[in-house]
Amino acid sequence: MIVELGHFALILALALSLVQSVLPIVGARRDDDRMMAVGVPAAFTVLALVAISFAALTSANVLSDFSVQNVFENSHSQKPLLYKFTGVWGNHEGSMLLWVLILSFFTALVAFFGNNLPPSLKANVLGVQAWIGTAFLTFIVATSNPFARLNPAPIEGRDLNPILQDIGLAIHPPLLYLGYVGFSVCFSFAVAALIDGRIDAAWARWVRPWTLVAWVFLTAGIAMGSYWAYYELGWGGWWFWDPVENASFMPWLAGTALLHSALVMEKRSALKIWTVLLAILTFSLSLLGTFLVRSGVLTSVHTFATDPGRGLFILAILVIFIGGSLALFAWRAQSLAPGGLFQPISREGALVLNNLFLTTATATVLIGTLYPLLLEFLIGEKISVGAPFFNLTFGPLMIPLLAAVPFGPLMAWKRGDLLAVAQRLMTAFFIALLVVATVLYQTSATSVLAAFGIGLAVWLMLGALTDIALKSGVGKAPLGLAARRLAGLPRSVFGTAFAHFGLGITLLGIVATTTFATESVLVMKPGESIRAGGYTVRFDEMKPSKGPNFTEEQGQFTILSDEGQSVTSLMAAKRFFPVRNMQTTEAGICTFAFSQLYVALGDAAADGGIVVRIWWKPLVTLIWLGTIFMMAGGCLSLLDRRLRIGAPARRRVAPLQPANAGPSQ
Amino acid sequence: MIAVRNAILVFLVLLLCLGANKAFALSPDEMLTNPILEKRARIISTQVRCMVCQNESIDDSNADLARDLRVLVRERLVAGDTDRQVLEFLVARYGEFVLLKPRLQLSTILLWGFPIGALVAGAIAIALSIRRRSTASIESAPLTASEKQQLKKHTGTI
Repeated sequence: MIVELGHFALILALALSLVQSVLPIVGARRDDDRMMAVGVPAAFTVLALVAISFAALTSANVLSDFSVQNVFENSHSQKPLLYKFTGVWGNHEGSMLLWVLILSFFTALVAFFGNNLPPSLKANVLGVQAWIGTAFLTFIVATSNPFARLNPAPIEGRDLNPILQDIGLAIHPPLLYLGYVGFSVCFSFAVAALIDGRIDAAWARWVRPWTLVAWVFLTAGIAMGSYWAYYELGWGGWWFWDPVENASFMPWLAGTALLHSALVMEKRSALKIWTVLLAILTFSLSLLGTFLVRSGVLTSVHTFATDPGRGLFILAILVIFIGGSLALFAWRAQSLAPGGLFQPISREGALVLNNLFLTTATATVLIGTLYPLLLEFLIGEKISVGAPFFNLTFGPLMIPLLAAVPFGPLMAWKRGDLLAVAQRLMTAFFIALLVVATVLYQTSATSVLAAFGIGLAVWLMLGALTDIALKSGVGKAPLGLAARRLAGLPRSVFGTAFAHFGLGITLLGIVATTTFATESVLVMKPGESIRAGGYTVRFDEMKPSKGPNFTEEQGQFTILSDEGQSVTSLMAAKRFFPVRNMQTTEAGICTFAFSQLYVALGDAAADGGIVVRIWWKPLVTLIWLGTIFMMAGGCLSLLDRRLRIGAPARRRVAPLQPANAGPSQ
Repeated sequence: MIAVRNAILVFLVLLLCLGANKAFALSPDEMLTNPILEKRARIISTQVRCMVCQNESIDDSNADLARDLRVLVRERLVAGDTDRQVLEFLVARYGEFVLLKPRLQLSTILLWGFPIGALVAGAIAIALSIRRRSTASIESAPLTASEKQQLKKHTGTI
């Protein structure tokens, strides 16, 4: 009965979404307040209905109701409770329902916080959000019903794919979807602006925080997914340029560009048309990502649920939304008034450069991901485009961008002075150069690229610190004044510095791990040991163990220091899941400061030993630590006064205002 | 019918890659004793696709086919092939699909030329727009009727 209620609520949500798609927008055209007002209660009710539906599916999963096909195919009565919850979205139908739940959540947020928006803009935004909702609700109801029953009901379920039975899965998809779907709000604002044919100050002030929220979640989702792949897949890799990873990386790159262009638009009301286009493109890439993952058009390591019939449906949604919004853009963009002027050498100019490189990088990832599909479709030739291609093209595109990052925040708006900015960055530059020289000397110049990579990372980090130091006058002004200035800096200044600093940290981790990691593959017998990264790893024994729905063989290792003392112990395992007849590797990972020792077990060798793969991964955790800094930067920017208040400051600004950027001001 | 066939195919592929007969990626018995050759073999392995897997190099893959290919690469190296010859041998046997880094040829010109092309095109577009902008004048959008009314309400005049 609960299951049928869930199904019914979903259909009601679809019907109400249709209402919300039409009435507010017609109301906005006719200037009819009552029709426009429908949007808000409709948004809340759709959220409630989808939530009821989601709760019904969750209850069927938790109660192991195997008369529901979706539960039968993806659950098992012995599955741990946590995975009964997270298994709800560990399959196609459930994950689409989560997608729509998050979409209606964002729509409700716009309805809730949108009181200071012009009524017609708000009505249009809610209407466009409902178009997206209607499309995906129709998709679920028509092709991916999670509530389909089985008769007779099976006694036991088929269990969830063991690779997905992990805490990483619990967090990764919801974060990713919060990011993907969060960009829908930017998209709706863009389309609403195009429908209205104008963009005002409220528009810009609204789009940036939504972009920030979505970007922070997407960053978290990608970082989480990367760490999950790192420890769960057992290869010790953290980025594979897999099409599914690319599908989430493209909206991230475009979203990062959007974040920066929205900044120009908010502060200087320039780049309006470009920002609107970028908002459309970012969400289009999110839709493309959903299509690539959900349609099974790619067969990649991440695709666990595939069905070509559904693929065509999502493709239709994709074509209608991307094609429609781009056509609307081509038709209406000219009616948007261009904004403020600026010199090429200025903060705006720096952000345009940022956008040029980020969008080119996005396009590169896009073509690399789709090219094999297109080529096969058009001329029937099968090729592969893998990691070596992306490393060769994406890498060089990032180098000039990263090198330019420290200049951006130091430039003045409208007209900057490149020479003066360069002078201010002199200290950072020379320290970075010193680091390059040191690394070259230490490694006897064997890895020139790595030395420059590390130098670039240091340059990024010091550049971010320089920005803060200059704006607060640390080192120039008396200590007390500098401290007060530091406290008085807008939080968005810290946000920028944090995010750029984090970029440097991540780069440092990437370069160090890629260049200096060591790997040993060998057969080990109990008692044998091997050196890895300044430690000795001793294999003690194998012992069998039993989990709730799997059996495992645990390999016990002891880590010894150079003096022969036991530092810590480590356990790597191979798990066997009988229901699916599948085996997974559980890597044993030990963290020393920022570096990690990574041990994975292989097959048993004929002579009683076991194949062991041991990596020393120097500074590998910095890759993810850097993303935490980036997210913190995003959150700090969100807490900025101008976003908290949402209106120009009423109070007089205190005289402690920072000696703000730029020599020409 | 096709859907069923495809589903079976996908299932088989998954089984090959993740399935019960899971071997280990690279195992010690495959490795060459000559460290220079072995290093070359590893580098080549990262550029060769495991044909039954999904975007995995033979260096990462657990599939039996990947193991066969790893052994094959090493055999060719021991026989005295250059890295290029090894890759050409694999392409002759399995087609372009086996290479994770597609070779530059007629059908991949667009792929390889795209990044630099996009960058240049973007730079030109920006340059043109800056030039156009510096000559264009700025006009703000006129107020709508309802806004004029609001303004009148607040200020008493327009």
